[in-house]
Amino acid sequence: MSRRRADVTPVLTFIPLLGLAALCIVPLLWLIFAPTKTDAQIVADAPLSFGTLSGYADAWGNLLSFQDGIILRWLWNSVWYSSAIVVGAVIVCLAAGYALATAPVPFRRTILVVTLIGMIVPAAALVLPLFLEISALGLMNSPFAFILPSLFFPFGVYLAFLHFSGNIPPEILNAARIDGAGEWRVLWSVALPLSKSLIGMLAFFSFVASWVNFFLPFLVLNKSEAYPLSLGLQALMANTPALNPAAGGSFIPIHRPEVALAGILAIVPVAIVFLFSQRYLARGILTGSIKD
Amino acid sequence: MLLLLFGIGPVAFAFVSALGLSDVRGVLSPFARAIGDFRFLPALTNVAIYLAISLPLMIVGVVALSLLVDTLRRRWAAPLLLVYTLPGAITGAAAVMLWYFMLQPALSPFGPALRAMGFERGPDIFNNSFLVWIFALMAFAVGFGQWVLVVTGALKSVSEELLEAARIDGCSAWQTAVHVKLPLMRRTLLFMLILAFASGIQIFVEPQILHSVAGVGSTSWSLNQLGMTYAFLNGDFGSAAALSMLLFAVCLVVAVFVLVRGRFLDTEHEQ
Repeated sequence: MSRRRADVTPVLTFIPLLGLAALCIVPLLWLIFAPTKTDAQIVADAPLSFGTLSGYADAWGNLLSFQDGIILRWLWNSVWYSSAIVVGAVIVCLAAGYALATAPVPFRRTILVVTLIGMIVPAAALVLPLFLEISALGLMNSPFAFILPSLFFPFGVYLAFLHFSGNIPPEILNAARIDGAGEWRVLWSVALPLSKSLIGMLAFFSFVASWVNFFLPFLVLNKSEAYPLSLGLQALMANTPALNPAAGGSFIPIHRPEVALAGILAIVPVAIVFLFSQRYLARGILTGSIKD
Repeated sequence: MLLLLFGIGPVAFAFVSALGLSDVRGVLSPFARAIGDFRFLPALTNVAIYLAISLPLMIVGVVALSLLVDTLRRRWAAPLLLVYTLPGAITGAAAVMLWYFMLQPALSPFGPALRAMGFERGPDIFNNSFLVWIFALMAFAVGFGQWVLVVTGALKSVSEELLEAARIDGCSAWQTAVHVKLPLMRRTLLFMLILAFASGIQIFVEPQILHSVAGVGSTSWSLNQLGMTYAFLNGDFGSAAALSMLLFAVCLVVAVFVLVRGRFLDTEHEQ
């Protein structure tokens, strides 16, 4: 009886799971194949057919011709904005989370509640005062207008707090203190080496959040040269006849293959980070790295 | 301790921002203007319907998938989870682009399925009555993989002894899932619910880009877009701030309710 069930259930489990996996992969394949074809082929050929490899080169050449290669500028902007945000946010979150979890911080509960509230505050509620604040500081169109507010990352602070309060036994930290380590030393030499997966996760989340962020740069960066790729992609889609025949300008050589290639550029870094941090993520946010 | 500065810094930042808003709190007229605007009710309805579709879809989908994946051996589960998180790499502008193509019956690999459902041309789908469904699907595609990863991670930490005990007590796989595993997942699921609610209520990128690309929806389709319209098209910062405060208040009430019920704030170090 139990034997028969063991044979049937995995199949019943696998079919929907594999079906869903196929649904996840097919659009990606389409996207990867799209730039290999010409615009006409994308419409006429089978959706998942492959054109020629030189299609990538053609599409890339056309992308470069758009506003004097501004795509390179966007790409570079995205890279350095995101790097700055990742480094800054990880440091802030680790320090804040560690302090909240282990030190007798006054108003600890209040701060935690505010952090959690910060997590769910609609970006819109913060964005308006932020906008006024940024224009008051004269930071409009400056990269810092995007970078500094992005360091405010309550989700990361809360993750760090969960980690330091739940996964690291207080005894270890106390032992280090008794051995004469200062608080910085305890954080640096004891807590951080136990927190590699946390750091991986913080870097992962802050990278993904900043790389794809649209709302904030949309608001504070309105010069095309300052755009990150996410905004650039939208500009590309809205201002060329690729998706929007009404945009006119059919002399612009930006069509579906070019837009698809720009989309790939926007996705690849996130996908790479996904693959690399899988190991850390798989351990799960809320699972204990130390079991007692 | 210097660390305190870092801990309080970001939070103080939030306070400063909130104080910036409180200037308008004394004046009720921006609220009246914000709510009285002819675009407010449609935007509210859009977002409410969108949440009503996407939150249950997300919760039910993630729980069901996680429980299924949890029954697999690690060898099978790991690659599946990897595949599920792939669509999560495509968000924001890129997601809108990809979904725009995927939902064009003439271009999409899902073309036959779309035509079978009666959608012959792009405009049959990119049509105001389907927008909520499109956005709900997009949110699910982007988010479900990471949450399934998190929830299965949490499921793995359920102790073998507990599951053994349930088996001995005669629980079926289904009963174990519902009565043993689910209650242990409560905190994780609540956490997910808050984040999904918060990101759902402020939906902005998708309708904004889809409007500029496909001409459906409007620049005031969602509440967040409406706020931007108030502020930057109408030059009415007061109304925009009032709308922000309303969104904030709703999120606050939901979050406090969930947090208090979910006992999120306990730490071992306190004792």
